[in-house]
Formats: sequence, C-alpha cells, structure tokens
Amino acid sequence: MTRRYDLSRAGIMGATTSGTARVSIMAVLITVGFTTTLFLLAGANPIEAYLQYLVVPLTKQFTLLEVLVASTPILLTGAAVAIAFRAGFWNIGAEGQLLAGAVAAAAIGPLVGDLSPWLAIPLMIAGGALAGAAWVLVPALLRVRLGIDEVVTTLLLNPVALLMVNALLHGPWRDPKTGFPESPRIAASAIYPDLIPKSRLHLGFVVALVVILVAWFVMTRTAAGLRMRAVGLSPHAARFAGMNVERTLLRVALVSGAIAGIAGVGEVAGIQHKLTSGLSSGFGYTGIVVAMLGGLTMPGVLLAGLLLGDLTVGASSASRALNIPSEMGEVVQGVLLLVTVGLLAVRHGRVTRSDPPPDEAEVDLEPAGAGSGEPGPRAPVEPVPI
Amino acid sequence: MNWIFDLIAATLRTATPLVFGTIGETYAERAGVLNLGIEGTMYAGAFSGFAGAYLTGSVLVGLALAVVVGITSGAIMAVMTVTLGANQHVSGLGLTIALVGLSDFSNKLLFSGSGTDLKRIEPFPAWDPFAGLGDVGAIFNQYGLTYVAFLVVAPVAWWVLGRTPLGLSIRAVGENPEAADAAGISVARIRYLALMIGGGLMATGGAFITLAVLGSFTLDIIAGRGWVCIALVIFGRWRIWRGVGGALIFAAVFSLGLRLRIVPGGDAVPPELLLALPYLAVIAALAVSGRNVAYPGAYLKPYRRT
Repeated sequence: MTRRYDLSRAGIMGATTSGTARVSIMAVLITVGFTTTLFLLAGANPIEAYLQYLVVPLTKQFTLLEVLVASTPILLTGAAVAIAFRAGFWNIGAEGQLLAGAVAAAAIGPLVGDLSPWLAIPLMIAGGALAGAAWVLVPALLRVRLGIDEVVTTLLLNPVALLMVNALLHGPWRDPKTGFPESPRIAASAIYPDLIPKSRLHLGFVVALVVILVAWFVMTRTAAGLRMRAVGLSPHAARFAGMNVERTLLRVALVSGAIAGIAGVGEVAGIQHKLTSGLSSGFGYTGIVVAMLGGLTMPGVLLAGLLLGDLTVGASSASRALNIPSEMGEVVQGVLLLVTVGLLAVRHGRVTRSDPPPDEAEVDLEPAGAGSGEPGPRAPVEPVPI
Repeated sequence: MNWIFDLIAATLRTATPLVFGTIGETYAERAGVLNLGIEGTMYAGAFSGFAGAYLTGSVLVGLALAVVVGITSGAIMAVMTVTLGANQHVSGLGLTIALVGLSDFSNKLLFSGSGTDLKRIEPFPAWDPFAGLGDVGAIFNQYGLTYVAFLVVAPVAWWVLGRTPLGLSIRAVGENPEAADAAGISVARIRYLALMIGGGLMATGGAFITLAVLGSFTLDIIAGRGWVCIALVIFGRWRIWRGVGGALIFAAVFSLGLRLRIVPGGDAVPPELLLALPYLAVIAALAVSGRNVAYPGAYLKPYRRT
C-alpha cells in the first residue's frame, strides 16, 4: 500500500513539475514566436526589432530618461491596481480614476498662481487623489453594501470619465481664442519641476517612487497591510478572524483610486501642463499589466513598470527606425499579460494539487445558503488563482 | 408620429451588436467563465470582418472571417481559463488588450500604406420588406443581421440553452461542475464549446458595425460596447430574453439621447452627457436590480478534479 501510494504521488508530482517546465518554455516560445511572426509581417528583422524594443532605449541618455518619463504614470496605476487586486477588489477602472485626477489637476492648476510651488503642488496632488478616490467611490460602495460586481461598474466608468473630459474640453474649458479643445494652462508654480534640465523627466517620477515605497511599507510592515492581504487571500477566514472585511475593501478601493488619480495629476502637471483628450494612452489598462507582471508586490511593480516604460519607448523608436507600427507595443503587453497569468495559474495549480487544504477550509466557512441555491450576496471571488 | 418609428428602428439597429455580444457572453458565463475578452473579440470581429470584405470584395467572406476570429478568440480564452485555470478577470483583459492591439497593428500594416483616405467597402444592404406601409414600415427597414439577431440567434440561443441536452450541459458545468463531471459530462469540453460559440457571436456583433452600419473601420470602433454587454448579462440575470430586453432598453436610451440633441434647446445639454447616460443608466440599473443576484454557481472558478 505504502509503496503504491508513494508511486502515485511521485507520479503526480513528477508529471506536474515537468508540465510546469514545459509550459514555461512553451509560454516563452509562444511569446517570442508570436512577436517574431508580427515583426516578419511588418517586414523587419526580428533580432533588430528586439534590440530596438528592449535595448536601444537604454543606450542613450535621452531615451533612458524617456523610459523613466513613460514609466511614471504606469508605475502609479500599477501600484493602484496591485493594492486593489491584493485585497480582492477588482479595480479595472484605473483609467477613469486617472482621468478624474487629471481633471482635478487641470481645474486647480490655473488657480494657484499666487501660491508658492511648495503649496500649489501638494494642493494639486491632494485634489487629484480626492478626485480619483471619488471616481471609485460609487463602485466601491455598491460592492461592499450591495455586493454588486465592481469589475463591471469600474469598467463602465472609464468611458464615462473620457466623456467627462471631452465635455469639459468642448464646453467650458475650450480655448476661447483658438477654439482648440484644450483647458487653460496651469500656473507656473503648479508645474512639476524637471528633475534634470533639458529633459522631460519631472517630479512625478519621484512622486511615483515615494508612493511605491509607502505602499510597500504599509502592505508588508503594518497591521493595515496584513488585514488587506488577509481579506484578499480569504474573505471568509478574515471575517472569521474578526476583521471588518467591508471596511477594509472600501479603504483599499479609495486608496487605489487616489493613487490612480495622482497618476493623472502627473500627466497634467509634468507633461501636458493642461488637459487634453489624448492625455492617457491607456495607462490605466497598462497598470493592470504592470501589477500582474509584478506579482502584485511593490518591488515587482517597480521592475515591471520600468520594463513596460522601456517597451513603450522601444515601440515608438522601432516604429521610426524599422517602420513597425507602434501598436505592436500594445500587442506585446496583452500577450505578456496572458503569458504571465497563465504561468501563475500553472504554478498555483501545482501547489494546490499537492496541498489541497486551503480550498477545503474556505468551503467549510461558507454559509450554508450558498450551496442550497439561495442567492448569496455575491459569488465568492477566489483571488488566489491569479 | 414619424419620429417614434424612426426611434424604434434606430433602437433595433443600435441593439443588434449588443444582442450578439450579450448572448455570447451569457453562454460563456452560464458555463462558469466570465469572458472579459468580449471587448477585444468584438473589436477583432469588426476589424477582421472589414479586412476580409475589403480584400476579397465579399461581405459574406468578411463575416465568415470574423466568426472564425471570434471562435479562435473564445478558444484562447478557454485555453487560459479552462486548461490552465488562470484568473478569468486578468485573462480576459489580457485578451482584450492583445486583440485590440493586434487589430490596430494589422490595420496600420494593411491599410495605411497607400494614402490617408478612409478605406470603404460596399456594406450589407438594408432589407425593407414593408416599404409600402409608410411610416410604420420604417421600423422594418433593417439590415439582415438585425433580423438574424432577433429572429434567429436569440430564439435559437434560448432554445439550445434551456431545452436541449447541450444547454443542460452548459448550465450544469456552470452551476456545479463536480456533479456534471460525475454525471459523465466533460467539463472542459463543454466550457471550450460555450466559450467558442460565445466568441463567434461576439465577433459577429462587432462585424455588424463595420460590415453593415458603417462600411469602414475606424479606431476605437467598439467604444465600450463589450463592457456594456457584460453589464447587460448581469442585468438580464443570465437569461437570454432578459438580456435582449436589456440591450433594447440600453439602445433606446442611447438613440433617444442622440435625438434629443436636435430638438429645440437640446443643444444646451453637452452631447457627451447624453452619450454617458446609457453607461450611468446601466450602473443605476445594476444598483437597483443587481443586488443579491444569483451568479452561476461556478462563476470565476476553474474546475480541477480532486
């Protein structure tokens, strides 16, 4: 008996371990093969293309700084998404929250010309954070009070935010002289100062680093961070342990929205110096890629944000040098996200199959109604198999 | 009275892609998989349908290509969520990002080389069987795909899901995969099938916009319609006809909003507010009707034999 048991167990372990290796290799091969095909379709040498995408941006000072500029908003949205996902709040609305923050910055920016930058800039950041948090407030309340899926509500508010921006730009904020849909320029004291003269690298990058550092500290070193992670791992167990799951989720959602809002402030105060409708090129969605690639941890977000910043700059340099459409960057992002989430699932699958108890524990704590067909407040979301 | 018939006709036209998308998403979710790839699948359907029609000169070939692309998209989603058991939210978003990027990439590669003029195709002609009836007949002046959506796809989808062994299997693997497995149903195969059927329908909805309504492809052409379908599925509580009803209500609000702009004094309201109205209406409807809805039992859960 023992021998048979050992054999079968070894068989399962062996099969899944070699399976993981196979899937990892396959995933990398698929990504490379897929992108290589696209490069060839675009008529470019794939090796040259990879160099353009990943290496060339890092070789010159100007493009290296551009990488940091490009990573600034996605570091912040990545952090915002990672925090929310970690607690099991599926905030897909960072794009809308970012735009809300940008609107607030564009509203406050022109009014603070009389203040010193030391007051004007924090005021604008606070305004943007509040606006971002406000934009996620309704989905968050609907989730914790009524159990309504936040994925749908946060998503639906993204197009609404863009419509709000366009309404402002074509309405009250339209440039009265030129008629351009651009808001009034923000005051000089509200502009994020450049970190390095003659570059576009602005204070926003430091803001992003500070936010990530604080978020890392809170998530890993404080009781609030522990509660947050516990709620994300198993809401049932967290509630059983006496934690207020709803309050934790609400706070996490608001913090997430606030960080995304700060990302919007950075684009207005650091780059555009006014509100334009093309302010965000999907930074909120890229934030999801950053958060997942970074394994929902802050050091991971930092690395993934810089990598995707590199890819963004690489995509535009490759489109100039090799005539590859810059949309390729978006394709790579999507494929990377799929590969990452697939690999994580395979790794997780191996862990749970050799070690089943966590799932069973969760089932035991579930209210009896869930099994008897009675509508629960919400399908229990399992945040683990990311 | 004329404007009422015009409004009804516009509502049916606007609702058509939503009906395809909502039914497609309903199939995926009833099998237990939330497919957030819907936005990208509709986008890829819109693009591939147009590209196929432009390159071959036949809208039917375009439509067929869109369906194939949609089925492929559903299969990719199935590999991610069924075979690998990956997180459904993130897989779907990744699929959407990849498909939108891929469509825009291909669009630039295929159609931006020769000049900047908008490439056009000869779209599906509208069908007007009751032209003799005057104003009322305007309601029936619709594209063939609109008739297909309401008179073929919706009843067949309802019948298959509710009245056939296949539908029972789909509902079973979505509600209780363990029991379905014990009853000899292959959970993986049924989920693959449901996602592929759903993907084909979603892509058809996207292709309707390029192949029938516009006759051309422009960037951001789906503009969040896929996300609206996700909400409509919940609003319809995973039932085909309730979902179709939700699509009609959404389309009516949307069409009414567009028409309010041309009534006297209507230009005082920013048009963006009217465009945002349907999204806000869906959220409000979810807030009112979405509480305590019974999600499919295995919603978001990958199935593993233990």
